[in-house]
Amino acid sequence: MNQLYNDPIGHWVVVTVAIALLLFVVLTATAYTVWFERVALGRIQRRPGPNRVGPFGLMQLAADGVKLAFKESFVPAETDKLLFVIAPAIGVAAAFLSWAVIPIGLWYNVQYWIADVNIGVLLIFAFSSLNVYAIVIGGYASNNKYSLLGGLRSAAQLISYEMAMGLSLVPTFMIVGSLRLRDIVEYTVHWGWYTGPIPLILLTPIGFVIYLMAAVAETNRAPFDLPEAEQELIGGFLTEYSGLKFVMYYLGEYVNMITVSALAALLFFGGWFLWFVPPVFAFLIKIVLFLFLYIWLRGTFPRLRYDMLMRLGWKVLLPLSIANVIVTGVILVATQG
Amino acid sequence: MADDENGQPEHPTPLRGPREGVPAHPEGEHPGVAADVAALAGGLRTTLSEFFRPVVTTMYPEDKTVRSERYRGRHYLRRYDNGLERCIGCELCAAACPVGCILVIAAENTDENRVSPGERYAKTYEINMLRCIFCGYCEEACPVQAIVLGPEYELSDTSREKFIYTKEKLLEPLPPDVQARLDSKGSK
Repeated sequence: MNQLYNDPIGHWVVVTVAIALLLFVVLTATAYTVWFERVALGRIQRRPGPNRVGPFGLMQLAADGVKLAFKESFVPAETDKLLFVIAPAIGVAAAFLSWAVIPIGLWYNVQYWIADVNIGVLLIFAFSSLNVYAIVIGGYASNNKYSLLGGLRSAAQLISYEMAMGLSLVPTFMIVGSLRLRDIVEYTVHWGWYTGPIPLILLTPIGFVIYLMAAVAETNRAPFDLPEAEQELIGGFLTEYSGLKFVMYYLGEYVNMITVSALAALLFFGGWFLWFVPPVFAFLIKIVLFLFLYIWLRGTFPRLRYDMLMRLGWKVLLPLSIANVIVTGVILVATQG
Repeated sequence: MADDENGQPEHPTPLRGPREGVPAHPEGEHPGVAADVAALAGGLRTTLSEFFRPVVTTMYPEDKTVRSERYRGRHYLRRYDNGLERCIGCELCAAACPVGCILVIAAENTDENRVSPGERYAKTYEINMLRCIFCGYCEEACPVQAIVLGPEYELSDTSREKFIYTKEKLLEPLPPDVQARLDSKGSK
């Protein structure tokens, strides 16, 4: 494997195969995340969720996908047709790009990821903030006031929460001293007799809480789903989208959801380390738990009012994350000199 | 203030001001962050406990909920135990029907062709189920309890014509003993 990887042509073969494989895995995972969400939300409301198509309704997404794929490709009148088509493509591309640097695991010395970049987390943040372009451009290009309002809300929301989210992770980088996701996961402590990786949440609990909230806002999910608030904005930026373009937005949203779950598992819960569980499966279990957490939040909390969202972002999360950085810095200097 | 032609003020003075009687803090003082977090946790606990409780959905096409005995579904034309039709063709049901969906054309009973015990019987009895509002007035109006509303509610069909229920469709089958007697007559 290593020989093949070091060969210049073999390298590209391996990377291409890995990209195709990862694309397939993430797409499938997204489909079953949607299924998981619908079933889990249903159970919270004491109904069964999809259970007609295939065993346990597992083929529901295939049926929905076929139905949406065969819908008429519709563009409203007097819109910027190019932007209208490009916007969902940006959304889905940005969502998938993050997975280039997410390490899925290290198993028998084989790396289960595509690129081991030394600015991994930064890259993920760059890609995830591209998502706002998809929403703003989509809202603008739809020639619909509800879409535009949804897009503008989304822009304001992402600006408010991106900073808190970025700053909430700074203590982690300060402790580990690297932005490379592998380094963060493999961060080793020497506590008395114990030497090995730890879930970093033990060192950065406040950062985790801020990240958790900001990540929900970042992925536009309930209770922070203001850009597509159905009751006020019909469908927000999604109002005019249907068929495959709608699928792209939908896919992007769920891939982003898996991405932030994966990031939470990597940055705060030791990534692929979990007692005796094989690395890739350990990572998977952690992602599923975080996905359930997001669904649970959606099933529990009503949507925040817009001014509440802004107040929480600017007056609570941002000062708290800055204070978190400063306190972590002081403690680091005090303990390590 | 501008008055209209009746001398009434255009905007009558309200009895209460907009903030009058409204407490400044509806739930008292702000409970604080700890209470807020506790409230959020309480919500999460509630939804999680619901998650583990059994599903209450009735799996409809397989399982059906029980209808009340007084449920008003599709109509039936009843018979007496000896197989004769109850309907005497009086058209009171058609008269009582608020949407006029019942058509009855009566004919005289003869000794050779006795369909009902009365003087006349319904030669044609049609109900337009698309118009019917299932009010049950026909059942109330009938002097011989010939028309009744049964428990069936799955009446969807594929064309408008199929919703004109004719007498053959509405009439109850013959009682089993009468049917058996007729069958034995036919085979002889």
